Amino acid sequence: MSRYLAPLLAFAALILVFVIGLKLDPRALPSPYLLKPAPEFELPSLHEPERRVGSADYRGRIALVNVWATWCVGCRQEHEFLMQLAARNSIDIYGINWRDNRPDALRWLQHLGDPYVFSAFDEDARVGIDWGVYGAPETFLVGVDGIVLHKHLGPLDESAWQRDFVPLISASGSTP
Amino acid sequence: MKAALTFLAILFSMSVALAIDSDRAFDDPELQARYETIISEVRCLQCQNQSIKDSNVSLAADLRREIRRMLAEGKSDAEIYDFLVARYGEFALYRPRMAGKTLVLWLAPLMLLAAGALVAMRVVRRRMTLPIDNDTIGHE
Repeated sequence: MSRYLAPLLAFAALILVFVIGLKLDPRALPSPYLLKPAPEFELPSLHEPERRVGSADYRGRIALVNVWATWCVGCRQEHEFLMQLAARNSIDIYGINWRDNRPDALRWLQHLGDPYVFSAFDEDARVGIDWGVYGAPETFLVGVDGIVLHKHLGPLDESAWQRDFVPLISASGSTP
Repeated sequence: MKAALTFLAILFSMSVALAIDSDRAFDDPELQARYETIISEVRCLQCQNQSIKDSNVSLAADLRREIRRMLAEGKSDAEIYDFLVARYGEFALYRPRMAGKTLVLWLAPLMLLAAGALVAMRVVRRRMTLPIDNDTIGHE
């Protein structure tokens, strides 16, 4: 009996592995920064090229750092949600405008609204590399102590926000 | 025949010209060799089945630029790999280093081989101890 059962069980186990494998998103990689200090950065502001903005501006406060670009379809998709989120006034959103050009980025914010406290202009992607960004949009939740609490890959929406961000923000003592 | 050969020769020379990032980055052949080794060992995370040497997407170009910069600054290969792993994780390297998290990657093939050998051994043992089928011989 076990002679026939064993291969069958092995086959079932293999199918299980495949099914689980199919459900995983191979693009969603765990950020090596998770639960580690977020990288510091300082860049020219998108709006005022001579002004320097960066991680020092949100030190000591919980912050959402959103990597975006005008050429990125997913960023267009999540923009409306970011606007809603900004309107709730629950958390400050900081933008890193990644590998973009200034006129396009400014026009985008003018047309679609600007949910960001500021957008840092990362033209040559140096800061993007420091943050391990490999596909915009990417959104990092940085805690009060500067630790990366969560990283979201792809367009952010209400359900992902409620599921992944809100509990972490509540746990850190702020009201989402 | 000659025309066909000429055509082939031209075709193959074109494939070289089409290679991505074919420009020499360094005059020093040793640095250039190190550069080429490193960029063929680093996975392009935007296009996961290509190395950053083979890929033309923006992220690969950015990473090549950073690697060129670090090599020019005199950084060692290990320092460059550390830089990439710190930012993108062990997955960025085609040959992840042996460490706690990647141990299973390195040991799994050996373990599978051992398991296969065990099964093979058991099968062979059993076959060896099977009684010779005397029935058919006896009744012939």
